[in-house]
Amino acid sequence: MRVKVISRSTDEFTRERSQDLQKVFRNYDPALRTQEKAVEYTRALNAAKLEKIFARPFIGAMDGHVDAVSCMAKNPNYLKAIFSGSMDGDIRLWDIAARKTVCQFPGHQGAVRGLATSTDGDLLVSCGVDCTVRLWKVPMLKMVNTNDAIGDASQPSAVYTWKHAFWGVDHQWDGNLFATVGAQVDIWDQNRSEPINSFEWGKDTVLSVRFNPGEPDVLITSASDRSISLYDLRMSSPARKLIMKTRCNSICWNPREPMNFTAANEDTNCYSFDARKLDEAKVVHKGHVSAVMDIDYSPTGREFVTGSYDRTVRIFQYNGDHSREIYHTKRMQRVFCVKYTYDGTYLVSGSDDTNLRLWKSKASEQLGVLLPRERRKQEYLDAVKERYKHLPEVKRIVRHRHLPKPIYKAANLRRTMIEAENRKEERRRAHSAPGSMPEQPFRKRRIIKEVE
Amino acid sequence: MAMASAKPEPAQKAMEGGEQEAAADEMEKKLHKYSRGKAANLGALRDKKLRGQLAAREKLYGHSAKAAALADTWLLPTGLGYLEPEDDLEKTYRYKQESVVKEVDLLSSRKPFDMILPLLGPYTLGYTGNGRYMVVGGRKGHIAMMDMLNLELIKEFQVRETVRDVAFLHNEQLYAVAQKKYPYIYNRHGTEIHCLKEHGKSLKLQFLEKHFLLASINSFGQLHYQDVSTGEMVANYRTGLGRTDVMRVNPYNAVISLGHAGGKVTMWKPTSVKPLVTMLCHSGPVTAVAFDRGGHLMATSGVDRKIKIWDLRKYEVINSFAARAQSLDFSQKGLLACSNGSQVEIFRDAGSQDYKIYMQHRMVKGYQIGKVLFRPYEDILGIGHSMGLSSILVPGSGEPNFDTFVDNPIETSKQRREKEVQSLLNKLQPETIMLNPNMIATVRPSRKKEKKTKKEIEEEMEDAVEAAKNAEFKKKTKGRSKASKRAKKREEEVLKAKRPFLEQYKENEGRPDKKQRVGEEIKLPKALQRFAKSRQ
Repeated sequence: MRVKVISRSTDEFTRERSQDLQKVFRNYDPALRTQEKAVEYTRALNAAKLEKIFARPFIGAMDGHVDAVSCMAKNPNYLKAIFSGSMDGDIRLWDIAARKTVCQFPGHQGAVRGLATSTDGDLLVSCGVDCTVRLWKVPMLKMVNTNDAIGDASQPSAVYTWKHAFWGVDHQWDGNLFATVGAQVDIWDQNRSEPINSFEWGKDTVLSVRFNPGEPDVLITSASDRSISLYDLRMSSPARKLIMKTRCNSICWNPREPMNFTAANEDTNCYSFDARKLDEAKVVHKGHVSAVMDIDYSPTGREFVTGSYDRTVRIFQYNGDHSREIYHTKRMQRVFCVKYTYDGTYLVSGSDDTNLRLWKSKASEQLGVLLPRERRKQEYLDAVKERYKHLPEVKRIVRHRHLPKPIYKAANLRRTMIEAENRKEERRRAHSAPGSMPEQPFRKRRIIKEVE
Repeated sequence: MAMASAKPEPAQKAMEGGEQEAAADEMEKKLHKYSRGKAANLGALRDKKLRGQLAAREKLYGHSAKAAALADTWLLPTGLGYLEPEDDLEKTYRYKQESVVKEVDLLSSRKPFDMILPLLGPYTLGYTGNGRYMVVGGRKGHIAMMDMLNLELIKEFQVRETVRDVAFLHNEQLYAVAQKKYPYIYNRHGTEIHCLKEHGKSLKLQFLEKHFLLASINSFGQLHYQDVSTGEMVANYRTGLGRTDVMRVNPYNAVISLGHAGGKVTMWKPTSVKPLVTMLCHSGPVTAVAFDRGGHLMATSGVDRKIKIWDLRKYEVINSFAARAQSLDFSQKGLLACSNGSQVEIFRDAGSQDYKIYMQHRMVKGYQIGKVLFRPYEDILGIGHSMGLSSILVPGSGEPNFDTFVDNPIETSKQRREKEVQSLLNKLQPETIMLNPNMIATVRPSRKKEKKTKKEIEEEMEDAVEAAKNAEFKKKTKGRSKASKRAKKREEEVLKAKRPFLEQYKENEGRPDKKQRVGEEIKLPKALQRFAKSRQ
């Protein structure tokens, strides 16, 4: 007879010295883990609750400006640097890590309306309602040793005065050109005192401009005549134009899918378009209850942040129709500009209350370096949360956001209004000749026409 | 020479090929085990995006199953125990315990013991989930807790009243004892922590580890569930089936089973007043119930001298043999131990769920065995009997490889504390107890019955009519088989066959009955109208 029984000598299964790590033995047999699904569900529920508990997105406010912050620019060369321009003509360079002003760029007489940096990070372009464009050399050395913060003033390396007030500026990616907008679109070279090219399509003011990150010669503008126009610098005239029912305040290209852009519209929605196919929006991002003032994509292109006149900052998935996250504080007023930092972990918002505010892009994320074990745990919890997100209890907790009362009420009111509108439309359709009122998807409804 | 050397090659190759095939088969089996069910049928999906996402996920599941199967093949430190005859004449059930002890290694040969405690018996016993600690209770009030790894007595004391059952809570720090009037909770130093008066005079205790629920059945046939982490009494149900002390928890789904004097076995969860399942298992009182770890097998024994093994998916007997048993227990690897008087028999699945005797062990004549219990993660069977305690070696009964994060038989106190915190964090709510624990997060199938179409009903009716027409009648005498009688009878048969289908028609059409309701359609005479219900 052959006989064997389980025999474990304790020495083999325990550590030899007390300094050693404990030995770990795994047996992945499903029979050892009964009620797996119930356990996973419980973990998902707990993870959702913990996420809510740890959601502390607000890091701090950066004060210094004496008027509303109107525009911001990030510096691609330096992760913790951000420029901001205010309505009184003040431009500041901030160190996000220390939350201090590094230096100031005085000179503008009226509001600064646009800020942009070149791709190499050496040049800052600013423009404003005083009809001047100013080029500044970025004092990077000061960023490195910021101990002697509250900075001294810099002198502009060039000041160009032009015919009209400016509303926005953007610098070309990997090039020498930058574009300003106002009464018309002007293309400037860094080394010339006058625009090298000007475009005009309609008489209305152009509000914002963005160069395409993939095609350096393509740029997009939005104007107060409710249009979005595409320009190609290789051609003498503008390429295409899209007219919507309400105007767009700001536009941003998706850096990872540079054919797509998202427009922040006055009608509280954001519209994602494919630039090659402008007749319908790809996604309509709803959620804000007042005009969306600014938009910026995360460097991963999976998310974007919007700031709105309703005093909230929201984060959307690039393909999500509702916001993933809503940030607000009691003291934050109308948000005029928002930026994602270049590492995608922070947001900066500039608002009417003269402050810049720093937020985490993932509200409950732990800052700092995670141990591999902690990271794996977090990944596991995220995975189970994803897996059980459809179950009512988990869903309720994950979806819940506290909103300030006025915003909550405004959202309810908006919902009522939209429902009433839809009902009316339905009734009209029911009482008109069949086929005379074709049903239009919302993606197309806010578009008037496309002009070539 | 060349010929000779060439000869064994093909044979060797064939052998290698055979080995490879066997290894592939083994791998296939393991993959099946670790992939936890079939993959989703993605072909039926119309949504392309979703199909892509699900396909990616399925691929991931496949990878993880494969990784687990490989780890199973190569990384498990301990092998399964066995007792195998070397030729056909040897029988495992003739192999005596003394011979087993002689054959095994020194460490294992120390594990079986006989403790003679004649004064305070008969004894019952319980193990912790990791199998390291044992608590024993003598009927006359002797309680002791032992560390079975080092064979040390941790604490022993006497409560000087009847002790009916003992059960560990989530770890060895606490255990519950069903005493004369109430169950009590003691800690490892023997200090009384709680007296659970609400349970009453409980006869049996079971602890649901994942839910932190202590379940008890008392002498009035009341089933209590108490949450030991919060102290809340979760449920209290009257079984209505009389006094019983047969209670067992199904480890697969944490459903509690009770065996009753009427031969019934009922299954309970804390969130329903009525039993989930009531099975008539025996024609006399049920004496013991046990569950396999996989949850699909239940063994019951009754006074009617039968041991039955049930498939809980179909609620059918798959095996029944004539034997008495006062106590039953399934081991982790599926061996079934039955005690009868002073004898223990161990059965094993000999393929296709045919349970054959595997080992036998006879105690000293006159000892009455009260309880048999396999020790988890060891090849050991603990026996509590009227004269004390014993344990015997049963090769191949225990799971050889433990998982440090599930149950660790050699855990340190720090690991134990960490595990306690983890298990409290992952504590399951009582609502998660259900017959099929995999139901959670699945979509409930639509309840709508498929209605037959008119055409289908017509066709079926025609077939039935045809069958009725062709039916043969018995030849009858005294003129009852006349042609006219037969025709009449046939007509009746046809009508009878038609009737159910006509009813189906009605259901389908939703036609109201021909009978008209009073006050709806018939105009009543004026004198009677005031008695009709007014419609509002």
